[in-house]
Amino acid sequence: MSETNGPGEPARGEDLMADLAASGQPAELQGPHRIVGTPAPAQARTMLAEEPGDPAADRELPADPEDMVGAKRAEHAVATLFIISMLAGLGVIASYVIFKVHTVNNVRHSNLALGLCTAAAFLAMGTGAVIWVRRLMPHIEVTEQRHELRSTPENRAAFAKTFEEGAETSQFVKRPMIRRTLIAATVPVALAPIVLLRDLGPLPEQSLDHTVWKRGTRLVVFGTNRPLTPAEFSSPGGSLSVIPEGYADNDDALAKAATTLIKFGPGILQKPTVMNWTVDNIVAYSKICTHLGCPAALYEQTTHHILCPCHQSTFDAARGATVLFGPASRPLPQLPLMLNAEGYLVAQSDYHEPVGPSFWERS
Amino acid sequence: MSWITSRRRHPAAGYAILLLGLLLVGALYASITGGGDGATAAPPAVADSAQISQGHTIFLQDCATCHGLGAQGQNGVAPGLIGVGAAAVDFQVSTGRMPLRQTDAEAPRKPPQLNRRQTLAVAAYVGSLGGGPAIPTAAEVSTAGADVGLGQQIFVADCAQCHNFVGAGGALTYGKYAPALTQSTPTQIYEAMLTGPEAMPVFNDGTLTPANKRAVIAYVTGIRAQVNPGGFSLGRVGPVTEGLVAFLGLLLFMVLMALWITAKHGKDKRI
Repeated sequence: MSETNGPGEPARGEDLMADLAASGQPAELQGPHRIVGTPAPAQARTMLAEEPGDPAADRELPADPEDMVGAKRAEHAVATLFIISMLAGLGVIASYVIFKVHTVNNVRHSNLALGLCTAAAFLAMGTGAVIWVRRLMPHIEVTEQRHELRSTPENRAAFAKTFEEGAETSQFVKRPMIRRTLIAATVPVALAPIVLLRDLGPLPEQSLDHTVWKRGTRLVVFGTNRPLTPAEFSSPGGSLSVIPEGYADNDDALAKAATTLIKFGPGILQKPTVMNWTVDNIVAYSKICTHLGCPAALYEQTTHHILCPCHQSTFDAARGATVLFGPASRPLPQLPLMLNAEGYLVAQSDYHEPVGPSFWERS
Repeated sequence: MSWITSRRRHPAAGYAILLLGLLLVGALYASITGGGDGATAAPPAVADSAQISQGHTIFLQDCATCHGLGAQGQNGVAPGLIGVGAAAVDFQVSTGRMPLRQTDAEAPRKPPQLNRRQTLAVAAYVGSLGGGPAIPTAAEVSTAGADVGLGQQIFVADCAQCHNFVGAGGALTYGKYAPALTQSTPTQIYEAMLTGPEAMPVFNDGTLTPANKRAVIAYVTGIRAQVNPGGFSLGRVGPVTEGLVAFLGLLLFMVLMALWITAKHGKDKRI
């Protein structure tokens, strides 16, 4: 079934076959420069088999490169690179077998060996192919005209006939029950991917409006989980990351509840900071930037700037974290603070507005 | 010269020159940015009156121009030093930030201008003016037995936002920056936390206990020993530089490969 040329079409590659046959002829017929041990030089031939009646090709494929010694060297180089590629390919298999991957370090070694071997295998093969093309293959431009894409009228008629015959003999037309149930079967399959879009939800509803801070929640130092008294957090210019007590391992809660605690010297805090929400010149602001939710915690005690590293939104911590610069449109929300009976810093309530960036349903 | 003359038209000569230039620039950059050594930590001597009077003399010579003859400061020029403590002076002088070379947004770390004995004397003098934390002892900054894991947690929570996760430093507002911690000695790290130099917040012993501070020091100094995969730190500022270097490196490689693949062979005149 491989050669099914129509009776009118000439077999493609006939010329090539003839050439290949010719190359098996005795060496003395091939030309005077045959080097012992090298393959017989190819004969010049036309590049493409021509349709009958076409004008003859105006270019001929050159036979061997002129510099046979250089060609031999290139051949060796290509073969060497292909052998390197083969060895590297075997190296991939060997590294997979040799390196165990049960610890982090072993995974690193395994990845390194696998990657280097794979890279070497492909690089050597590609480099060899390029050298082959550049040094051994003839440098000649060949233009091949595109054939007409439209099939012949005979083929088109034959296809239409076959299609109609198939429709008839399969009884697809005759038996509507099969036809309709098949169509019914494809509909749910097509709908299934649309149903999976449900995983984009559910909508956040009210969950973005509130954090886990509530009246009496103690502020603990992020990292050491120690509660704080104003006497401990007493040095003006101090700043700490604090979290609600009991949520150190709850990343979902901390994503909204993370808070920056700042201690000021007397008389520095000004409006619009809510003074009733501060204790001993200690003020707490949300750590979540109101622009896009990055942790805005780069506090400079000299300028009282809070800087967000993502887009350089700058807030004035001494004035209610109002925006001084950058794309943020709202101040950082302030957490109401008070002291509990034991003298620890606690929250008066949750934040009075949603923390973090704007969202669709934000009131 | 004849060797160069005969090969300068070689197809690879251009690439070789390019590579040489890149290596040269890289080496130059490394020689500029590398080097420098941190001040060695020495156990602070107990301040005696002779040391204080020596410190006073040095203060009048090197510090009083800006900070005032009585260390009271000058409005808009330099802060008063009464009550800042010996630890603040030791940090500023041992890191070379003071005496200040020029007023700028940030005082850069540079080789210290005063030797260790002079530094301790000035610190003792300023400490004698009253108040402020003292220079920590060698035992206070020792990392022996410190909890490195806790140190990392604290560092990530309260330091990494400015100093980067591995202490590579980073930018702040209006030209200020958080310096890299790669050359800081344990004593200097301790003093910086305790005194809050320049824009840095203060972390007093009530918020971060001495044990917490030792854990932070253990993390900051321990992270320096980590091996850089591939042998290059790239500033250790995260995946952005690493991705950029990988992208540009591979791009250059692919451009060179494309040039090689499509270049006409020099001796081939058959086309």
